[in-house]
Amino acid sequence: MAERPPTRSLVTRVLFAVLAILFLGGLLVAGSMWLNGQTAVRRAYDQILLGAANDIAESIRILGGRPVADLPVSAFELLAQAPEDRIYYRVRGPEGEFITGLDAEMQIDGPARRGDAPVYFDARLNGEAARFIRVNRRFAERDFSGLVEIVVGQTLRARTAMMTDLMLNAILPMALAGLALVLVAWMVIRRALRPLEAITQGLSERDPHDLTPILPDRLPQELQVMIGAMNRFMGRLSDQFEGTRNLISDTAHQLRTPVAAIRVHAETAIIEPDGPARSRAMDRLLSRTRSLGTLLDQLLNRALVLHRSDSVPRAPVDLRDVALEIMERDDQGVLAPAVDLRLEIGEEPVMVRADAFSLQEAGRNLLGNAVAHGVPPVVIGAERRGAEAILWVRDQGPGPDQKILARLGERFNRNADSREGSNGIGLSIVQSVARAFGGAVEMTRDEKGFRAAIVLPTGGEGT
Amino acid sequence: MTALLRLVLCALLALLPVQATAQEATVRIGGGDTAFLMRSTTDIAIIRPVIERFAERNPELAITYEQWGSNALFARTREDCRGDGPGADAVFSSAVQQMVWLVNAACAQPHRSAATLALPATRRWRDELWGVTTEPAVIVYNKRLLRADAVPQNRFALLDAMRARPEFYRRKIATYDIAASGLGYLFAYSDSLEATTFGGLMESFARIDAVATCCSAEIIAGVARGEYLIAYNVLGSYVSNAASPEVGVILPRDYTLFLSRAYLIPRKARRGEMAARLLDFLLSPEAQGLLLRAGLVTDLEDAETSLPPSARRAIPLSPALLVALDANRRALMLEFWRDTFEEDTLP
Repeated sequence: MAERPPTRSLVTRVLFAVLAILFLGGLLVAGSMWLNGQTAVRRAYDQILLGAANDIAESIRILGGRPVADLPVSAFELLAQAPEDRIYYRVRGPEGEFITGLDAEMQIDGPARRGDAPVYFDARLNGEAARFIRVNRRFAERDFSGLVEIVVGQTLRARTAMMTDLMLNAILPMALAGLALVLVAWMVIRRALRPLEAITQGLSERDPHDLTPILPDRLPQELQVMIGAMNRFMGRLSDQFEGTRNLISDTAHQLRTPVAAIRVHAETAIIEPDGPARSRAMDRLLSRTRSLGTLLDQLLNRALVLHRSDSVPRAPVDLRDVALEIMERDDQGVLAPAVDLRLEIGEEPVMVRADAFSLQEAGRNLLGNAVAHGVPPVVIGAERRGAEAILWVRDQGPGPDQKILARLGERFNRNADSREGSNGIGLSIVQSVARAFGGAVEMTRDEKGFRAAIVLPTGGEGT
Repeated sequence: MTALLRLVLCALLALLPVQATAQEATVRIGGGDTAFLMRSTTDIAIIRPVIERFAERNPELAITYEQWGSNALFARTREDCRGDGPGADAVFSSAVQQMVWLVNAACAQPHRSAATLALPATRRWRDELWGVTTEPAVIVYNKRLLRADAVPQNRFALLDAMRARPEFYRRKIATYDIAASGLGYLFAYSDSLEATTFGGLMESFARIDAVATCCSAEIIAGVARGEYLIAYNVLGSYVSNAASPEVGVILPRDYTLFLSRAYLIPRKARRGEMAARLLDFLLSPEAQGLLLRAGLVTDLEDAETSLPPSARRAIPLSPALLVALDANRRALMLEFWRDTFEEDTLP
C-alpha cells in the first residue's frame, strides 16, 4: 500500500464539524439573547425615565400665571433605581424659557418636536452616553396656557450593568451546556466509530497473504456492505490464486507422463537401427506427440475457460447456437471423420446467461468424449426443460462404468482404463463451466443410449 | 445667592475663634515640595489635627488648606470644572447637595479602594463622592432651665410640649432660618421627606412664635444664655465644639438625621492621586478617631447617644439630593416657610 500524506482522523473531522455547529449555534443564540436583552433593558429603564418625567409633569402647577414645578422626590427616587447614573432634567415653558432644571446653561433638546407623544432619544450628558425622554404637558388655565416641555435623562451605567448581568447569566449556562454537548458528542462519535477502528486495526494486523473472509459480526449495516464487498473481492482473488495454482500443478502432472513416453519412443527410434522397428517407434512417437498437442490444447482451453467464466461478463446465449457452432467447427470430424454426427434442436430459442465461448468449449469436450468412447451415431442438441436449459450430447453406447462415472470430472482421473488421447481434463472443463454459470453436469443412461448434459438455469432474452 | 452666602459665612465666622476678615481663610501645613490644594467648608481649627497628621505621614506635601463658604466653594468649583484652570486637588463640603450636583455634572474623578468600598451606600456615590463625617442634627436645650424629665426625647414629645405649654415656650424655641442657612434648608428639606411631623412642627413653631435665626453659634450661645430653651435641628458637631456646660444635646429618638460632609476629587485635580490618598487616610481608623475627637464623627455605639439603628437617617449621597437644589422646589419651600414664620417673628 502506498504511503499517503497524513490526514485528519474521522473522529477529529466529525468533532470539528460538531464544534463548528455548536459554536455557530451558540453565536446565533447569544446574538439573539443580546438583542432581546438589549430590548428588555431599554424597555425597563425607559419606563423609569417615563415615570420620572411624568411625575415631574404632574407636579407642575400654575402659580401666579407661571408654571412652577414642585419637583417630586419620587421622580428622583425612581431615577435612583439606577443608583450610579448621572441625571439630567429640565422644564421649559412654551416660549422655550427655562422654568427649572439641573443647569440653566446646559441645553439638551433632542430631535425636532413631533406631536405630544413622549419622545426618547440618545445624546451625550457631560461627555457620557445617556438616554433621554421628552414629555409635554399642555395647560389651558385662565392665566396660563401653552405647552410645558419636560426633558429627563440618565446615563447608561445601570443599563450596561444589567445587560452585562443578563448576558453573563445567560451565556455561562449556555457555555456549560455547550461544553457538555461537546463531551457527549465526542463520546457518541467515539462509540459510533469504534467498529471502524476495530476493522482498521484488524486489517492492519492482518497477514497480507491471508485472504480468508473478515467476519462481519455485530457491525453496522454500512460497514457490513463494505466488508461484504471486500470479502467478495478477496474470495475472487483467492479463487484466482487457487485456479492458477491448480493449472500449474495439473499441467505439470499431465505433462510428465506423455513427455516421458515421447522421450522413451524417441530413444527407441534412435537405438533401432533398421526399418520396421524404427518406423513403428516413429509412429508411436508421432501419435504421442499428437496426443500431447491435444492435451496441451485442452489444458490451455481449461485455463481459458476458467479465466473467462470468472472474468467475462455474462451475456444472453442461445444454446442452439452453441450446439450449431460445435457442429460446424467439427474438430471431431477431423479427428474421427467416420463418426456419424447429428444435430437435434427445436424451434424455440434456449436462452441462458453465460459465456458462449466457455459453453462451446464444454460442449466440444462432451462431444469429444462421446466420439472417443461412445457408439455412433452421436447426437448433439439443446432443449428446455421447465426453467432449465440443457446442452446435451448423446451416443448409442452404454456409457462408462458406474465406477468411472462416479469419479468423472475429477481432475486427475487418468486411470488404467483411459485410453491414449483421453483424460479427465475434458470433463473437468465441463464441470467447471457448468458450475461457473450456476448449473450442473447430468449423466443419464436410457434405451436410446448414454446422454451427457450441461443443465443451466434459463435466462437472458427470449425466455 | 449673595444673601445665602453671607449667612453661611456668618455661620462660619461664628465658629472661628479668630475671625478671618476675608471670605476665605488659608493655612499652609507641611513643608514639602509638592503643592496640594484642599478647599473645604470645614473650620480649620476643627480639622487641623487631622490634616497635620496627614502632612506628617506625607512629608513631601505642602498642603494649602483654604476655608470657603459653601456657596462660594460651589461656584468656584463649578467654574474650575468648566474652565481650563487647574482648581483644587480636593474639595470637602458640608453642602452635600452641591457636591452631588458637581458629581452629576462630571466634575469629579473616581477612586476605589478598600476604604471607600467599605462605606455604606448612603455615603458613596459613583465612587466619585464620599461621606467622610457623621454629624447628627440634634435638639439642644438649656440644662439649667429645663428639668430632665421635661426634655423632649423626640419630635412627638417636642410637639406635645409645645401644645401643652405654649406660653412657656413662646419665643423660647429656635431653629435655623432656612432662607438664610443652606444647612438649615437641607435639614428642613430632609425633614419634609422623612415624616409628617414636619408640617406639625412648622405649625407649632408658628403658634408659639418660634425664632428662625441664623447661625449655629448664635443659636447655641442663645441656648447657653437661657435666651432659648430649646433649639431644633442644630448640627451636633457645632454643639460639641462650643463646649458649653449649660447646653444639653438630644438625638431625637424617632429619627435623627446624619449629615456626612462630602469629599470629592475634581476631575482636573493635578494631585488626584494624593487626593485619593488623603481620602483613604480620612476614612482610616486613625483619622476617624481624630475626627471623633473633633466632633465631626459620632460614635453611634456610645451608650449616651445610642440610637436604634432604625432611627439613624443618613442624608444619602444620591441624585435625589438634586431636588434640594432645584430652584422651583426651593422657592415653594421658602414660601411655605415664610407663610409659617411671620415676618415679625424674625429678629
